[in-house]
Amino acid sequence: MSASEYERTPGIGDSVRHPEIGERLKRLWESEPGLRGWLTTVDHKKIGLRYIVTAFAFLVIGGIEALIFRLQLSWPNRHVLTPEQYDQLFSTHGMTMIFLYALPILSGFSNYLWPLVLGARDMALPRLNALSYWIYLFSGIFLYAAFIAGFGPNDGWFNYVPYAARAFNGGPNIDFYSLGMVLFGMSTTVGAINFVVTFLRMRAPGMSINRVPMITWGTVTANAGNLFAVPSVSLAFFMLWLDRNAGTHFFDVPGGGQPLLWQHLFWMFGHPWVYAIVLPAMGMVSEALPVFCRRPLVGYTAVALATVATMVLGFGVWVHHMFATGLPPIALSFFSAASIIIVVPSAVGVFAWIATIWLGKPVFATPFLFFAGFILLFTMGGVSGYMTGSLPVDWQLTDTYFVVAHLHYVLIGINVFPVVGATYYWFPKFTGKLMDERLGRWNFWTMFLGFNLGFFPMHVSGLLGMPRRIYTYADGMGWDWLNLITTVGGFVFATGVLLFLINVVISHRRGRPAGDNPWDSPSLEWATTSPPPPYNFAVIPTVASRYPLWEDRMPRSVRESATEAGLVLDHGREAVGTGPLDAQPDIILKMPSDTIVPFVLALMLTVLFVGLVLHWWWLAVLGLLGTGAAALVWLWPRAELGETAEAKSG
Amino acid sequence: MRLPRALGGWGVAITGLAGDARASQPLNYLVSHGLQNDVTLPLTKALIAVSLTVVLIIGLLIVAAILRRPGLQPVAGARLEVGPEGGGLSWIWIGVGLSSLVLLASIAWTVAVLGQTVHPPSKPKTRIEVTAHQWWWEVRYVDENPALDFATADEIHIPAGEPVAFKLIGGDVIHSFWVPLLGGKTDLIPGLTNESWLQADTPGTYRGQCAEYCGAQHAHMAFLVVAQSPQDFRRWRDSQLQSPAAPQGEAAQGAQLFTMHCGSCHSVRGTDAGGVLGPDLSHLMQRQSLAAATLPNDPAHLSQWVSDPQAIKPGAYMQKPELTAAELAAIRA
Amino acid sequence: MIFVVFTEGALFAYLLFSYYYLAVQPHTPGSFPEGGPPEFTLAAPNTIILLLSSAAVAWAQFGIEHGSKWRLVWGLGAGTLLGIVFLAVQYFEWAEKKFSLPSSTYSALYFVVTGFHMAHVLLGVLMLAALTLWSALGYFNRFRYAHVHIGALYWHFVDVVWLAVFFTFYVTPHLGLSA
Repeated sequence: MSASEYERTPGIGDSVRHPEIGERLKRLWESEPGLRGWLTTVDHKKIGLRYIVTAFAFLVIGGIEALIFRLQLSWPNRHVLTPEQYDQLFSTHGMTMIFLYALPILSGFSNYLWPLVLGARDMALPRLNALSYWIYLFSGIFLYAAFIAGFGPNDGWFNYVPYAARAFNGGPNIDFYSLGMVLFGMSTTVGAINFVVTFLRMRAPGMSINRVPMITWGTVTANAGNLFAVPSVSLAFFMLWLDRNAGTHFFDVPGGGQPLLWQHLFWMFGHPWVYAIVLPAMGMVSEALPVFCRRPLVGYTAVALATVATMVLGFGVWVHHMFATGLPPIALSFFSAASIIIVVPSAVGVFAWIATIWLGKPVFATPFLFFAGFILLFTMGGVSGYMTGSLPVDWQLTDTYFVVAHLHYVLIGINVFPVVGATYYWFPKFTGKLMDERLGRWNFWTMFLGFNLGFFPMHVSGLLGMPRRIYTYADGMGWDWLNLITTVGGFVFATGVLLFLINVVISHRRGRPAGDNPWDSPSLEWATTSPPPPYNFAVIPTVASRYPLWEDRMPRSVRESATEAGLVLDHGREAVGTGPLDAQPDIILKMPSDTIVPFVLALMLTVLFVGLVLHWWWLAVLGLLGTGAAALVWLWPRAELGETAEAKSG
Repeated sequence: MRLPRALGGWGVAITGLAGDARASQPLNYLVSHGLQNDVTLPLTKALIAVSLTVVLIIGLLIVAAILRRPGLQPVAGARLEVGPEGGGLSWIWIGVGLSSLVLLASIAWTVAVLGQTVHPPSKPKTRIEVTAHQWWWEVRYVDENPALDFATADEIHIPAGEPVAFKLIGGDVIHSFWVPLLGGKTDLIPGLTNESWLQADTPGTYRGQCAEYCGAQHAHMAFLVVAQSPQDFRRWRDSQLQSPAAPQGEAAQGAQLFTMHCGSCHSVRGTDAGGVLGPDLSHLMQRQSLAAATLPNDPAHLSQWVSDPQAIKPGAYMQKPELTAAELAAIRA
Repeated sequence: MIFVVFTEGALFAYLLFSYYYLAVQPHTPGSFPEGGPPEFTLAAPNTIILLLSSAAVAWAQFGIEHGSKWRLVWGLGAGTLLGIVFLAVQYFEWAEKKFSLPSSTYSALYFVVTGFHMAHVLLGVLMLAALTLWSALGYFNRFRYAHVHIGALYWHFVDVVWLAVFFTFYVTPHLGLSA
């Protein structure tokens, strides 16, 4: 291409009057068919769907693990599982749900939706996007290979030392867990970088920071938090691996190490992480609930600020997981107060959502049921958290089933329910078909009733003193019936999840056609086809308000946003880069084409980790060199990406 | 969903009021027999009440918000009316404002309770050191006069009506010392010594439980705290310090077998058995339970436990001793 | 790259947190730092070397901003070489230590923290080497040098981290943070 190619002002075009723009873009942006295309694609929509499918698979696997150990716990002194089996099941269940399901599902939705809601052609760093998925998949396989071979993690997802040290845990279980988590952390970090850069640079012209969709606020906040939180746990796991394999003494007492160092490092990550796995889901609700109330969200600015405040405050409460460790009460009371104060930004969200329903006109579609149910479950999970925030009360509540109730209300209530609702909402956009409404109602009520039946009794068994992480219990403790009800409820809930998956499958096959905008939503993703073309938008949209597609009908609003006429960028794969605050167009971004390099790099990285865990040092070196080579190929400056002097006259 | 939740709450409250929960719900801390829990329990109940109220109010608001106006049925692709942006901010201000008041009050009360639970009301006269092991509790009574020190395991006697100081010494992995009816839990962390205290209001037997996952038999790592009147406590303490009477006949043969098979791990004061790897078994038959409060202490359960510990606590470090039935009977005697 | 800097910066923050946390625990006298406070003899000059290498890279950056490909290549090359010298000196310091990785908590911290830093330096050296090569091949000019800017940012970050590590390990024992 000539140098003048790289300095031009793109023209404005009309995609309706000139459909050949779309034709040209389709040829530029679509991925190759077959296996080659599958391995090389950098299309955010394909990557997003992969994340979603993989994460749902882990949800099902983790759920089955739970059903098995709930059978063990349904009655005193049962012998369905040995203690060792139980310990591996509950630990793997935690690891699967919290790491392999909870964040990736949200990353998947965000990956698919962000460029569409932001009016962009792709994420800012498409190759990095592909890399984050491949690493996630390979780390999941790495972790599960250990479990399948009989040495899954067995010290809980939180993996406290000294029980996790080699002296007490001699097999390879913890080595696989440790290195697998370090690998997984790389996927999260790389994905986080992508989200933050996209947020700052890839918004449609005119989408200033106060017009950014709520799903974006939730996800960018969570990912910015992850950038600072994930290194803590990666470091902790790496130090543990060194203690176990290189004889270091970070955590082991005889060598001068400190068990509490593990807890600090783990929870400095762990607490922000639990906000990272709910804030994007809350953003999805803030995004979609208003559609079913036929009016914009109440308090956009308050909710956006509350989202950020929750994440920031979330870095200051980690010691509340360590209230019983004997730290000085003066220090602990600071964290107790902070843990109670952090309820405030959450309350902002709850009242904003209720106000939106109150002042709107509800549309009784399945997504609405899930979002309304979510508000109640959020509140229930929130109050049990508030209770554990009080230090002396927590000295009774901690490490009992009360906390198990709390964490499931917040995780299932604030992650799973919104995710299922979001699936009903966005499935038509992903596939062009609507999900079945009648089955959706059955799905909702089975999940809602089953969930509460299963998990509400845990508050009571916790208050009656049932400790966590026990493989069985004696009769005469007052817990028998509560546990039986919990087990039954768990199975009912699982049936609800099954109904959801059935609905997904049959709707995919023979759902009713959805059209571009079946829900009459205001945001940009509904301005393109269902499913969207590979290039998302034939011309770049211009945005003049928070609700572009509602402008012509909202009172006191004028239609100023444009989706049918805009910048034409079709000299290769191109997108427009815009400024971080006001989103004024800045630069033409040359986007990369499909490449196998991210796949190869992820594979080489996995080879490195396999070598490390098996102590096959030659394999590890091979993996390291392969990773380096792949990185070099990736980063080699390319003219067609505008990276070299050739791309500019002297 | 508010009805089941209310029922649950009532159920809990009723349980708390229904007399001696110690028997039917040994770890229920909505009942208090100890000074720490006496002070904490009102706060706990208040937080429960606040929580239930909040859930009730929010639930009602959601239902009212939904049912307030006739809703719309979804029709794919239909263009429905759209309301204006703006309005409704007062919901947030009022809701957050009221919540903040409740939260601040909760913090204030929390701090007040803390002030009363961190330190005992008077200087404790009885001092006990507890070291936690996988999966039993080593208990050591210390006195100013070292001749009065002694060890026992899994059952802790304390005088009722006065504070008792505990030194919680980390052993192998992290465990947690918890007697719900008396007070909150404190961890035992290897390399560290934590301090805690308990005061039982009235004499009785209170169950304790390890409250930090510590491996395969975490589920079977309980203990008993027996609060006695000061006179009874002194009598118990004196009897613990005595050596056992010299055994006769079958019991003598049993004593020899005991030293041979069990003495390398277990101690009995006043005999040749001096092992420190397992629980001290001095005056074992005075205890209410066996195997960290897993089994009642009677000859049948004792035989069952000794002959095959792995059947009851698989993974425990007590090996199956090679004993014939006759030898077992001799040890029992 | 700035976000890579944030996340890797957080990693070093946690590493140094671990140092400070373990430093304030009780230790037998003379064991933390093990063998007494580490000597400045190699570390201080090495710090200067790393600072000089950042200066060289900055000089290269200013050079290409004004169109001088010559300054770009030589600046990057000098930066790369100085980085390699830093690594060599550090490795020599490692070899001279009287303790090894499993000796003590202090030794674990010393080798792991400086080791993480060295790994980042090595990565930076490889980046600078690649940049030097690409510059020599004429890939960059006054308008197109994003790779240089990105790589330089990483290199300066590595330098700043070293200052924090140096302060923690070499200076704080003389400020009273030792057993």
